[in-house]
Amino acid sequence: MRTIIPFGPQHPVLPEPIHLDLVVEDETVVDVIPSIGFIHRGLEKLVEKKDFQEFVYVAERICGICSFIHGMTYCHGVEQLMKIEVPPRAHYLRTVWSELSRIHSHLLWLGLIADAFGFESLFMHSWRLREKVLDIIEATTGGRVIFGSCKIGGVRRDIENGTLREIAAKLRDYAVEYKDLGNVFLNDLTVKRRLCGVGVLSGPDALGLGSVGPMLRASGVAQDMRLLKYAAYGGIDFAPVTAEEGDSYARCAVRIGEIFQSVEIIRQCSEKIPGGAIEIKVTGLPEGEFYARTEQPRGEVIYYIKANGTKNLERLRVRTPTFANIPPMLKIMTGCQLADVPVLVLTIDPCISCTER
Amino acid sequence: MPFFTISKTILRSLFGRPATLMYPAVPREYVEGSRGHIEIAVESCSFCSLCQRKCPTEALSVDRETKIWKIDRLRCIACNFCAEACPKKCLSMATGYSPAVTSPGETEEHHA
Repeated sequence: MRTIIPFGPQHPVLPEPIHLDLVVEDETVVDVIPSIGFIHRGLEKLVEKKDFQEFVYVAERICGICSFIHGMTYCHGVEQLMKIEVPPRAHYLRTVWSELSRIHSHLLWLGLIADAFGFESLFMHSWRLREKVLDIIEATTGGRVIFGSCKIGGVRRDIENGTLREIAAKLRDYAVEYKDLGNVFLNDLTVKRRLCGVGVLSGPDALGLGSVGPMLRASGVAQDMRLLKYAAYGGIDFAPVTAEEGDSYARCAVRIGEIFQSVEIIRQCSEKIPGGAIEIKVTGLPEGEFYARTEQPRGEVIYYIKANGTKNLERLRVRTPTFANIPPMLKIMTGCQLADVPVLVLTIDPCISCTER
Repeated sequence: MPFFTISKTILRSLFGRPATLMYPAVPREYVEGSRGHIEIAVESCSFCSLCQRKCPTEALSVDRETKIWKIDRLRCIACNFCAEACPKKCLSMATGYSPAVTSPGETEEHHA
C-alpha cells in the first residue's frame, strides 16, 4: 500500500525549509515530489532598483554560507563586462577568502551530516573547528559570514603578507584536528554503516541529471570550475578531489579531501601573493552580457548578467548549485529506506536560500 | 580500529579548556577591524548627505537645515559603504554591536 509522508518544510534535520512528499511503500521510498519556494526573496528583480555597485551587498546576501563567492562571482561578471583589469594582489586575496569560506562551509556540512545520522558530539566538534576559521575570517574582513570585502575593481581590505603566512601556519595546525575529525567520518564503523552504499549515483547519471560540485566529483567526474582559472586559480597548483563510488560516503570523503586542498591552496597563495594595489578605480557603466561561472563549496554557480549602459543592470540570473543538485537528489532517494531520507537530503549539502534567491 | 575513533578528541576536550566563553560573565573581545556599528563625529560633519545617497539599505537620513544626522540601527547592515564615501571622514566603523532599540523604525539622532 502506498502512503504519502510529508517531509519538511519544518523538520529537525533541515537547516532551511524545503518540502518533499515521500511516496512510501512499506519502508521504501518509491517516489519523491519536491516543492520549493518558502523563502523566495526576489533578489534577481532587485537588480533593477539597486545601483550595480551597491548590488554586491545584495549578491553576498543570497546565501549565508558561501556569501563571499556569490559577491565575488557578481564582481567577476561585472568586471568582465566593463573590461576592468583587477590587480593581481586582489585576485590572490579573493582566492584566499574563497578557500576560507570553502573550509568553513565544509566543516558546517560535516556537522550537519553528523547531526543527521545522530552523532551529536561529532556535530559539536565539527562546529568547534569551524568557529576557529570564522575567527580568521572576522579578523581579516570584519564579518563572520558576510565578508563584505569584495567590490567591483578589487577588494576593500588588504591582508599583510606576514598575517597571511600566519594564517597559513594556523591552518596547518588546524589540519591536524581536521585529520582527527576526518578519521571519525571515514573510518568509524557506525558512521560507515550509515553512509556506505547509501544513495549511489553513477557517473553517467550524475552528468545526465546535471549535478555539480562534490556531488558530481564523488561519482568520478573531475569537474571543477576553479580549473577555468578565474581569480588567482591560474597560478595555483591543484587537482580536483574525486571519488569513484558515488555513495554518501564518497561525497563525505570528497568534502573532507577538499578541506585539506583548501588549506594547501591558501598556503600556496601566502607564498605566491604579489605586492601592489588591491583595487582600481572604476569608471563608466557596464554594457553587454556575460556568464560568470565559479566554484562554490556546493558546486558550480552561474551568474548571467545583462547590462544596458545604465547604473542598473537589466537582468541578473543566478543558477545556484543546490538548484542543480535537486534532480540527482530525487534520483538517489527513489528506492531508499525511509530512515535514510535525512542523510540523503543532507548529502547534497542543500542551501535553500541560494536555491530560491 | 574502526570503533571509538572519536575517543582521542573526547579525551582532549575532557582534559582541555572549554571551547566556549562563559558569556556574559566573560565578555567577548572583538578583534580590531570587526564591523560592529557606524559611529559619527557629528561636529565635523558637513551634512552633505552623500552617506544617505550611498547607503544600500536607506538606514541613514541627513537633514541639512536642522543639522540632524539620523541612523536606523535595525536597517543598517554595517557594510562600511557610507564611511568609505564620507568626504569629511567623520563616519567610522566601530567594533561591538549597537545597543538594542525598543521599536522598529526607531532612529538614533545626532545634532550638530
